[in-house]
Amino acid sequence: MSATGIGAPVRRKEDQRFVTGQGRYVDDFNRPGQAYAYFLRSPHAHAAIRSIDVSQAKAMPGVLAVFTGDDLAADRIGGLICGWMIHSKDGTPMKAGPHPALAQGKVRYVGDHVAVVIAETLAQAKDAAEAIAVDYDVLPAVVDTAQATKASVQVHDVSPDNTVFNWHLGNKDETDAAFARAKHVTKIDLINNRLVPNPIEPRAALGEYDPGTDNYTLYTTSQNPHVARLVLSAFIGVAPEHKLRVIAPDVGGGFGSKIFIYAEETVCVWAAKKVKRPVKWTSDRSEAFLSDAHGRDHVTHAEMATDENGKIIGLKVHTIANLGAYLSTFSSSVPTYLYAPLLSGQYDIPAIYCEVDGVYTNTAPVDAYRGAGRPEATFVIERLVEKTARELGQDPAEFRRKNYITQFPHATPVIMTYDTGDYAASLDKALELADYRNFQARKQDSARRGKLRGIGFSSYIEACGIAPSQAVGSLGAGVGLWESAEVRVNPTGSVEVLTGSHSHGQGHETTFAQLVSDRLGIPIDQVSIVHGDTDKVQFGMGTYGSRSGAVGMSAIAKALDKVIAKGKKVAAHVLEASEGDVEFKDGRFGIAGTDRSLAFGEVALQAYIAHKFSGQELEPGLKEGAFYDPTNFTFPAGVHICEVEIDPETGVAKIERWTAVDDFGVIINPMIVEGQVHGGIAQGVGQALLEGAVYDQNGQLVTASFNDYCMPRAIDLPSFQVGMTVTPCPSNPLGIKGCGEAGAIAAPPAVINAITDALGHEDIAMPATPQAIWRAAQKARMPMAAE
Amino acid sequence: MTTVSLTVNGQSVTADVDPRTLLVQFLRDNLRLTGTHVGCDTSQCGACVVHLNGQAVKSCTVLAVQADAGTVTTIEGLSQGGDLHPMQAAFREHHGLQCGYCTPGMIMSAVDIVNRKGHSLDEETIRAELEGNLCRCTGYHNIVKAVAAGAQAMGQTPLPQAAE
Repeated sequence: MSATGIGAPVRRKEDQRFVTGQGRYVDDFNRPGQAYAYFLRSPHAHAAIRSIDVSQAKAMPGVLAVFTGDDLAADRIGGLICGWMIHSKDGTPMKAGPHPALAQGKVRYVGDHVAVVIAETLAQAKDAAEAIAVDYDVLPAVVDTAQATKASVQVHDVSPDNTVFNWHLGNKDETDAAFARAKHVTKIDLINNRLVPNPIEPRAALGEYDPGTDNYTLYTTSQNPHVARLVLSAFIGVAPEHKLRVIAPDVGGGFGSKIFIYAEETVCVWAAKKVKRPVKWTSDRSEAFLSDAHGRDHVTHAEMATDENGKIIGLKVHTIANLGAYLSTFSSSVPTYLYAPLLSGQYDIPAIYCEVDGVYTNTAPVDAYRGAGRPEATFVIERLVEKTARELGQDPAEFRRKNYITQFPHATPVIMTYDTGDYAASLDKALELADYRNFQARKQDSARRGKLRGIGFSSYIEACGIAPSQAVGSLGAGVGLWESAEVRVNPTGSVEVLTGSHSHGQGHETTFAQLVSDRLGIPIDQVSIVHGDTDKVQFGMGTYGSRSGAVGMSAIAKALDKVIAKGKKVAAHVLEASEGDVEFKDGRFGIAGTDRSLAFGEVALQAYIAHKFSGQELEPGLKEGAFYDPTNFTFPAGVHICEVEIDPETGVAKIERWTAVDDFGVIINPMIVEGQVHGGIAQGVGQALLEGAVYDQNGQLVTASFNDYCMPRAIDLPSFQVGMTVTPCPSNPLGIKGCGEAGAIAAPPAVINAITDALGHEDIAMPATPQAIWRAAQKARMPMAAE
Repeated sequence: MTTVSLTVNGQSVTADVDPRTLLVQFLRDNLRLTGTHVGCDTSQCGACVVHLNGQAVKSCTVLAVQADAGTVTTIEGLSQGGDLHPMQAAFREHHGLQCGYCTPGMIMSAVDIVNRKGHSLDEETIRAELEGNLCRCTGYHNIVKAVAAGAQAMGQTPLPQAAE
C-alpha cells in the first residue's frame, strides 16, 4: 500500500479551502445584476385560495415582479414529479396528486409556496411579500399518520381517503402458516419519528438566463445536478436540456434532502428569463424546517414468530407511512422498496410479509433522509429481535447469533440476495471491543450509585450501491442507477477525472484521486476530480444511497482500465513492440522480459504528439469514459452496541460507550470511512434521543427552528469506538460496499434497546427525551402510581 | 444609511450600510468575505462565528454598526502568509470536517476556547464549550480531537501575528 493509494488514511485534498474559508457554496456566488427571490408561503396547513392580489406588492420599492401559480401555468411550466411508480396490491397505480411549484387553487401544508417576489434586495422582496393579499378559505387539516385514512379531510382529489398506495411484499400465506405453527409470537408497536434533515448549509438556488445564446444556468445545492437538469427540462419544462447548465459547487451536507427537485430552483431559473436578471434565493433555517423534505414518519405494528428452538420462522409487518402533502421526487420508493426488502435483517427468516399504506397528510413532503427506509426497517427488526430474546429469556447477542445467515449467497423472502458477509465475526469483535463480559459488573456499579445501566444491540444490514438499473426499473424506478466517469489524461501526464457522483462532505476529491493514483502509479497531486457541473460532466446519477464508492468509483475503475489498455497500444508503437508484450506495472509501460519501459507521463505525451503512429492505426489522445451499471446491490452490515446509564431522578440517559463494528468491504480511506460512521451514528442518536418534528393538530410545525428542534450537540455524544471486519463485495471491481448511511441505520435501535434494557420494560418512544425516560423510569418503579 | 468604519483582518474598511445590516451580511455581502457562513436564523448553529475585538461572537447576532470602530478577524484572516493556523491544521490533520460548512465557525470558536481555557483541554471541556456550534456531518468525534490537538499546537508553535 502506497502512502496515497487504496487503504491509506490520506488527509483530504479539499480541506485546504474549507479550513481557510475559501470553499464556494451556492450562496457565495453572486452574478452581475442579481436580484433576489422571496417566497410567500402558506400560513395554513390546508386552505382553498379564493384570490391572490399582488397589485400592492408589485408597486413596492425595488420590486421587479411578483409571480403566482397562474404565471407558471401560463408559461406551461409543469408540476414537480415523483420518479418512482408504486402499484398497490390490487394492481392500481399510486394516486399522485398535482404538485405545482407555486400553488394553484389550494395550499396543502404550512410552508407551501403561494407566490414569489423578485426584487432588487432581499429586504425589499420580504417587505413586498407582506403586501400580497391572499384570501384563504381555511379548511380542516389532517396531520396524524395513523389517522390519515380515517379523517374527513381530503388532501388531494385523486385520493378520497388520503391513501397513496396499499402496497405489499412477501408471501402472506407462507407467513400465516409460520405463525400458525409458532411456539412463541412477539408483538411490538413502533413509531419511527419524523425528522428534519438539517444540513448546516440551507438550500439555495441562483438562476441566470443569457438572451444572446438562449442558455440558462442554475447554481443549486444539489446532490445530483444531472438529475435536476433532466427533471427541470424533461418534466417541468423550464428549459431544454441542452440549454440548461446546472452547477452544484461545494455543497454543505445533504443527507438526502438535496436529492430532490424543489419548487424554489424551478422558479428561480424560470424567473431569471422573465425578469431578465439573475435571480437568487437562499433558504433561511425557518424555511428549511417548513419546506425541505422531511424523513421517516412511520407507524408500525410487527410480529415475530419463533419455534421451539428459538429460531425465527416468520415476520409480519404492517406500516403506515406518512408521505406528507405531495409526493416528493423519490418519496414513494422509500417506505416500499428501500424498506421492506431489508426486513430480513441479518437473519435467516423463511417467511416474511409486509404491508405498507402510504398516506397523504397536510404536512411537508417526506422523502429520503440518510438511510431512507433502511433505518426504519432496521428499527423494526432489531427492536423485535431484542424483545423476542428478552421474552424467551435468551442473551440478545446469542439469540442473534443463532439466527444469523451463515451461507452466501442468501436469497431472502423479500427480493434481496445477500452476496457475502460474516455477521458472527462482526458480533465477536463488537462484543470484545465493548467488553460485554464485564457489563454486569458495570451495571451493578451503576446500581450502587442509584443509576440504571443498559446495553443495546443493533445487528443491521443495508442495501447500498444503489442500484442495478434493470432491477430498479422492474420495481418502478423512472431512471437507471448506473454511474459515469471520464478520465482525461493530459499531455503532461496529469489526470482529470470527471464523475457523475457529487461530493457534499464525503471527500471524493481525495478518495477518487487515491484510486487513480493507485491504478496509474502517479502522485495524488497530479489528479483532479471534477464534479457538480453539467457542462463539464456529461451525465451522472449523483450521490445518495451510499453509492459513490461502489458505483461511482467502479465507473472510474472501468475507465482507468480503458486508459491503461490504450496506453499499452501507444507504448507498443513508441517502443516498436507488440502490444501483447506490453505490461503496465507501478506506473510504467514496459516490454516483458526487457528493461525497456516508458513512464505513464511519457506515454501520455506520446499519445498527444502522435509522432510515432499514424491516425489510421491508432487515434491520438488519451481520454476514456465508462458507464458502470452494478449487477447487484451491496450489503454493508455490522453490529453496534450502545451502553447507557440513566439517572432515574432526572431521566437523563448518558451514552457511556459506543462500539461499532462494520463490514464495508474494501476500504479506500479508513479515516474518511470512520468519519462517515461517526456522523451517521450522531444522526441516529439524534433520532433516538433528541430529534422529532412535531405538528400540532392544525398542522402548524411547532419544532420549526433550532430553538425548538433539538439537534445533537457535542455534549450529547460520546466518542465512538469504531472497528472493521472485511468481506469484499463480489459484485463490483473494487470490492466496495459503501459506508455513508450505516451509522444512521444502526444507531436508533441500539439506543432504544439499551434504554429499554436499563428500564426493564419496552414502553418508550423516540425521541427518548429526559422527560419521556423519567416518566418511563417512574412507571417501572411504581407501576400502579404512574397509571 | 449609516457609516461604519472597522478593521477586518488587519485592513481598515469604511462603508455606508442600512442600519439593520448584520455583521455577517456586512462581511459576506459588502466585503465578499464568504468564509463566514449562515446556517440558521436563531443564533444557534455558530457557522457565523468571528472574533470581534478578540472575542468570539455570532456575527448573525451583531449589527454592523455595533462593530463600528472595532477589530474583526474572520476565518480568512486567521492565518498569515501561506501557513495554516495551528487550529486549521489540526482540523485537517484529524479529519475534523466533512462538508466544510460549519468549519469556519468551529475553528473560530475553537481558537476562542483556547484563548479562554488554555492549551490543555480535556474532552468534556471541549464538548461543553462547543455548545454553540452545530455540525451535522462529523458527530463531533474528530472535531473534539482536532480542538484538543490544535490547542496543544497553539501552545507549542510561535503564533503567526494575529490580525486582531
